[in-house]
Amino acid sequence: MRVVVGQGSCGVATGARKTAAEFEKQIAAKGLDIPVSVTGCVGTCYLEPIVDVYDDNDELTRYVKVQPDKVEKIVEEHLAGGKPVVEDAISDEDKQFVAKQQRVVLRNCGVINPENIEDYIAVDGYKAIEKVLKEMKPEDVIEEIKISGLRGRGGAGFPTWFKWNAAKASPGNEKYLVCNADEGDPGAFMDRSVLEGDPHSLLEGMIIGGYAMGACEGIIYCRAEYPLAIKRLEIAMEQAREKGFLGKNIFGSGFDFDIRIKAGAGAFVCGEETALIASLEGERGMPRLKPPFPAAKGYWQKPTDINNVETLANVPWIIYNGGAAFAQFGTEKSPGTKVFALAGKIKKGGLVEVPMGMTIREVIFDIGGGIKNDREFKAVQMGGPSGGCVPASLVDTPVTYEDITKTGAIVGSGGMIVMDEDTCMVDMARYFLNFTRDESCGKCNYCRIGTKRMLEILERITNGEGKDGDIELLEELANKIKDGSMCGLGQTAPNPVLTTIRYFRNEYEDHIYKKKCTAKSCKALITYNITDACKGCTLCARNCPVDAITGNVKEVHVIDHDKCIKCGKCMDHCKFNAIVKE
Amino acid sequence: MSDKACNCDCAKERAAQFTELAPTLEQYAKVPGSLITILQKTQEIYGYLSVDAINYISEVTGIKPAKIYGVATFYAQFRLQPIGKNLIMLCKGTACHVNGADMIEEAICEHLNIQDGETTEDGVFTLNNVACLGCCSLAPVMMVKSVEGDETYGNLTKDSVKKVLDEIRERA
Repeated sequence: MRVVVGQGSCGVATGARKTAAEFEKQIAAKGLDIPVSVTGCVGTCYLEPIVDVYDDNDELTRYVKVQPDKVEKIVEEHLAGGKPVVEDAISDEDKQFVAKQQRVVLRNCGVINPENIEDYIAVDGYKAIEKVLKEMKPEDVIEEIKISGLRGRGGAGFPTWFKWNAAKASPGNEKYLVCNADEGDPGAFMDRSVLEGDPHSLLEGMIIGGYAMGACEGIIYCRAEYPLAIKRLEIAMEQAREKGFLGKNIFGSGFDFDIRIKAGAGAFVCGEETALIASLEGERGMPRLKPPFPAAKGYWQKPTDINNVETLANVPWIIYNGGAAFAQFGTEKSPGTKVFALAGKIKKGGLVEVPMGMTIREVIFDIGGGIKNDREFKAVQMGGPSGGCVPASLVDTPVTYEDITKTGAIVGSGGMIVMDEDTCMVDMARYFLNFTRDESCGKCNYCRIGTKRMLEILERITNGEGKDGDIELLEELANKIKDGSMCGLGQTAPNPVLTTIRYFRNEYEDHIYKKKCTAKSCKALITYNITDACKGCTLCARNCPVDAITGNVKEVHVIDHDKCIKCGKCMDHCKFNAIVKE
Repeated sequence: MSDKACNCDCAKERAAQFTELAPTLEQYAKVPGSLITILQKTQEIYGYLSVDAINYISEVTGIKPAKIYGVATFYAQFRLQPIGKNLIMLCKGTACHVNGADMIEEAICEHLNIQDGETTEDGVFTLNNVACLGCCSLAPVMMVKSVEGDETYGNLTKDSVKKVLDEIRERA
């Protein structure tokens, strides 16, 4: 029997470390000899902390939301008594969250111990690289990736085999394979989960890629905000070196390849390849004109290939099972699976990996369980600051690179932020523009100044000061920024604005002409009022920071709108639901 | 900066002031492309990048202070001001935004009487808004960094965030 506690960042944030410590304490107190180990995130973030108990015949009981106070019972009844605690175990409905998925990248996340290489080896880990080094030529590897149809999972969706081939074809002996683990899209966390839950699959993917293109060194450019990911990568690299999977003469083949980590310092623009390379060289992360492409002149002017974490984590599976096996998932033009990070106003948030071509409806409603508090589904934001909002009317769109691009959004790195009727679309556009304005490196005028001007207009609109012609001005600026920017950041920065105008133009018009925010979210456009349900308890008046509420005890109170700063404190404190937002 | 630029003992004094940084500089000073790593280590040791630290790094590496300043101000991670004992990293990612991160920020600002980027008078807290912590399913989220380690708090409400801050303050 053994106990495994899920300790990805989400698990740790909900107190998994305390839960694990409590298990150890209780097990010791009962004199039992049962090991407590660690695993990564299984993806059901909304059920954390998750504890898996494996019986002697390896039968799994999964306990969810295990706070330390639940531990004693599980230890006593299940670990000591042999009888699972049914009421704390995962429900059949929640089991569907994982059961409906198709896991390739996340195959080991939440299953193996990421800090123990033996666990990875036990699930056929490092067999793909062994096969590659013993049986395949570099061209064979690239051919297999070509058959799989694997496309870059970081956002652009560029065919992986093509990039590898370009780097291979570049002359020179000194080449680099860079893994972009600087997951910058706010709202996407699939790379973090792979780094924390299955670091060896990334390392193996990199070694295979390195062999295919003839690279001497791999560099993982990882976000500094992911300390746990960096720690687990370091452990994994150390163990791989000890086993001889990394370093000189791997598997006795004469192939040398080592990997090092470089911590990023927080710049969204470093998702752009040339900016990332500048950052690796210790410079400001500013993009440069392409060509020359990194495959010809990259890190220190040497041929360099850059792939995303999820892309590389697919590679060992593809080599081991064959490219054709991967291509059978998904659609013809978008083969394979893709991991999505479901978050926002969703019932069951977490990571889901599904075959490409599944519809947005299936992902959000069948797997994610629909909208929180059964509110109405309004839109889903895909692709982060470079993407756009897909409205509810297009919920049956299949998730493929082509179909999502047609909507004006992009698949991107796979963030899916679900929004309900309380989310203001103009405010969403403002939020993303604020982000891109901050993150613009400043090199191109249109991106640097244009995003600021657009943000000013959006701020004006959300403040109730929108003017006739603002929408047209936004559209004009958006198109000029797209044309006048050199890199992907500027070229895509207007997308959140353009898609919200395209699908929610009426909301913009309501803000500008009727001075009304339908979602009741823009502070300047809402008012608080007290209804007849008021019992005159005076709680609101006492908590109002600006003394805007007056009224006698046991009489209906009144809000002075000139004084009101719309902080909403009265509404938070009212026990009779007598305060309404209009 | 070379010795010629300055005839006083300030360079020597700086070396004495930054002894903890010496091993890092020994390892990285001559390795091209290591400036960001050096700055990260410096901030790890001293909590921020002081003018003196920048000048010292410049003296050892030969990289001009202006360039170091340029790199330091480009990246969100680097700070040029000292921070409090606890660094509150409040997530302003999309999922957190949709779930009311602005409201949480207001609550923190009001409770501690500081704005984004500022430190409380007693030096216990510094507030920093960050792009995304990657715990989107627990939105709204914040991470509190201190010498005791990093602690992440999820599913925050206006009340729970105040409670967390009060608990940390009591321990401090």
